[in-house]
Amino acid sequence: MHQPTAIAHRSLYYDYRVHPYVSPPEKLGPGARHRVVIVGAGPIGLATALDLARYGIASVVLESELQVVEGSRAIVFTRRSMEILQQIGVAASVTAKGLPWRYGNSFYRGQRVFRMEAPHPQDDRFGPLINLQQQYLEGFCVAQIERDPLIDLRWGSHVTGIVHNGDGHATLSVDTPDGGYRIDSEWVIATDGARSGLRQKLGLKMQGDAYEGRFVIADIRIKLDLPTERLAFFDPTWNPGNTVLMHREPDDMWRIDYQLPPGEAPEQALQIDSLTARINAQLEMIGAGGTPWELDWYSVYSARAMTLPDYVCERVIFAGDAAHMLPIFGVRGANTGLQDGHNLAWKLAFVLRGWGSPRLLDTYSEERVAAAREIVDEAGKSTRFMTPPSRGFRLLRDATLSLSLQHEFVRPLFHWRTSRPHEYLSSSLNHSSAAGAHNAPGLSDGAPAPNVYLGPDDYLFDHLGASFYLFYYTAEPELPQALRDAIAEIEQDGFPFEVVAIVPAGRRAAPPVLGAAQTLSDEDGRFAALYGFAPEGAQAYLVRPDQHTSANWRTDTRKISAASLKAALHSALGMAHGARSR
Amino acid sequence: MSDTSLADLEQIYDALAHAIDRAGPAKSELLLVKFALLLGQAMNDRAGFERLLESALQDL
Repeated sequence: MHQPTAIAHRSLYYDYRVHPYVSPPEKLGPGARHRVVIVGAGPIGLATALDLARYGIASVVLESELQVVEGSRAIVFTRRSMEILQQIGVAASVTAKGLPWRYGNSFYRGQRVFRMEAPHPQDDRFGPLINLQQQYLEGFCVAQIERDPLIDLRWGSHVTGIVHNGDGHATLSVDTPDGGYRIDSEWVIATDGARSGLRQKLGLKMQGDAYEGRFVIADIRIKLDLPTERLAFFDPTWNPGNTVLMHREPDDMWRIDYQLPPGEAPEQALQIDSLTARINAQLEMIGAGGTPWELDWYSVYSARAMTLPDYVCERVIFAGDAAHMLPIFGVRGANTGLQDGHNLAWKLAFVLRGWGSPRLLDTYSEERVAAAREIVDEAGKSTRFMTPPSRGFRLLRDATLSLSLQHEFVRPLFHWRTSRPHEYLSSSLNHSSAAGAHNAPGLSDGAPAPNVYLGPDDYLFDHLGASFYLFYYTAEPELPQALRDAIAEIEQDGFPFEVVAIVPAGRRAAPPVLGAAQTLSDEDGRFAALYGFAPEGAQAYLVRPDQHTSANWRTDTRKISAASLKAALHSALGMAHGARSR
Repeated sequence: MSDTSLADLEQIYDALAHAIDRAGPAKSELLLVKFALLLGQAMNDRAGFERLLESALQDL
C-alpha cells in the first residue's frame, strides 16, 4: 500500500499544505474510460492539465505525494514561460511573488569579467527572467486547478504499472493509501520527472551525454544587500578550478550552487559540516562573511543533456524532464517542459475533439524532440565551459578565464545561453509555399509570434486564447467577401479560429473591421515593424494556438486568398497530404 | 608567415622558448593555449588557423 508522508515538508519560507487523499470512483468498480490521465503533478503536468481544460478537455492528474514538491528546484522562469503561464491563468500570481531580473555576471579572480544583459523590449509584457521557487508555481497551478471542474487532481496516487491495450487505450495500475485500482485512459501524459517511472516501465532509453561534473544546490535564508542578478564565480579560491553560482529567490532566500571537486562522493558533499564550510567560504568571498544564515533545502545533481528520440510511445506522451534531461545552467529544465506542454495541449485537444488529424501528435514529438536536440547542443556549449569534459576543454576554459582579465574578445565566450523558444521552421504543419526571400522582414513560418505593446497595460497576447488566429493587417474597413465566406465556412468546422484585424497607424477612429472578431489599432506601428507588414496591402499570418506562426501572406510572398487560407489551416491541422518531410 | 626571414624565425623560436621557460612546467601549457587564442583572434582567418593546427598535429 502506498504511504505518502502526511507530514508537511519543512521549509523556512513555504507553507506546505497537505492535501487529502480522496478515494476515487474507480475504487468502487471499473470506471468510465478517461480521455486523458496525466501522471505527475509537477509544473509541467499541472500546466498541461490547465492548458487542456481551455479546450474543454477533462483530465485526471495522478500525484504520488500529498503536497507540492519539496525544495525550490526550478527557480528561474523565462519570458516564454510567463507567456504560457499567462495563457493558463497563473502569470499574475507569479509576477506578484517572483523577482524579475536581467543581468548575469561572471567573476574571475575578484574581477567582474563579463556582464550580460537580457533585453526587455517595450513590446514584451514580461521581463526576460523571473525567479520563483517551484513550490510557489506548483501551488498557484493547484489553486487554479481547484477552480476548474474539468481537472480531477488526485493526491497520494502512485502509478505502479501500465498496460497498452490493443484498441486504443492504456490501463494504469495505481496504488493509494487505501489500496490499488486500475484506471483506463485513451491517452496518458507522462510528466513524472527526470526519474520517470513510466519511461522506465516502457523500457525507453534517452540519447545524449551525461557530464562528469557534480553540483550541490543549497538554499539558504540570509539577508544580502545584492540585487537580483545571476552571479557566476569561476575558479574561486575556496573551490579551485570549479564554478559557483548564486541566485536570489523570494523571501530572502538564496540559491548557492557549487561544483564538487572531481571524485568527491555526493554523500560526503551533503554532510552538514561540508555544506556549512563551503557556504561560509562562498559568503566570505563575496564579503558577507559572518552574516547569519539558515540552511533550507539542498541536493546534488550532475549535468545531463539527453532526450528520448520520440515523445510518443503508443498511448503515452512524454513531456518535461520525463522526456529530456537538460543542464540547468541555461534554466532549460522547467522552461523547456512548459513549452512541451503548451505544444502538446492544443494538439491533443484538437485530436480528441476531432478537429485535427492524429498526425498532430507526431508533430508534437517532431517539433519538441528537435527543440530538445537544439537545446542539448546549446547546453553542451555552456556545460563544457562550466564543467569542462576533457583536459583540452579545461585548458581552453582556463586560458579563456585568464585572457578575460585583459582581453575583451574572449568575454562573450562566457555568454550564458538562456532557454529561448524554439522556431519550428521545419515543422510539417507549416504551410509549404514559395516562401519569401530569407532576408525579408517579418517572421518565418514556425517562429514564435512576438508580443506587441498596444497601450498601457495592454499587449497583444492579452487578447489571445485557446484558438487559431489569423492576424490580418489591413487599412480597409472590411475583409474581402470571398475571405469572409471562407471564414464562415471554417467556423462551420467548429474548431476555435478567430480573425484579428490590425489597422495601421493613423486610423484609430476606424470602426471594427467587418469580418474580424477583434480589431486592434497599430497606433505606433509596432505590429507592422515586428511582423514585417508593409504599409500598403492586406497581409496576414496564421498563428497556432501555441502562439507559433504556421503560414504568412506578405506583400513580398503572395496574396491571401480563400483557397490559400483553407490550405494553410488544413496543413496546420495535420491534414495536408504529402506534408513536407523533415 | 612564409615571408618570415630566417632571422625573424630564430627570434620567434627564442621568444617562444623563453616564454615557456618563464611560465614554468605547471603553466606552460596554459600559456600556449592563451597564445593560440590570441593568435587566432589576430589572424582573423578561421580556416587558416585550422590548417595550421592540423599541420601541427602531424608527426607528433
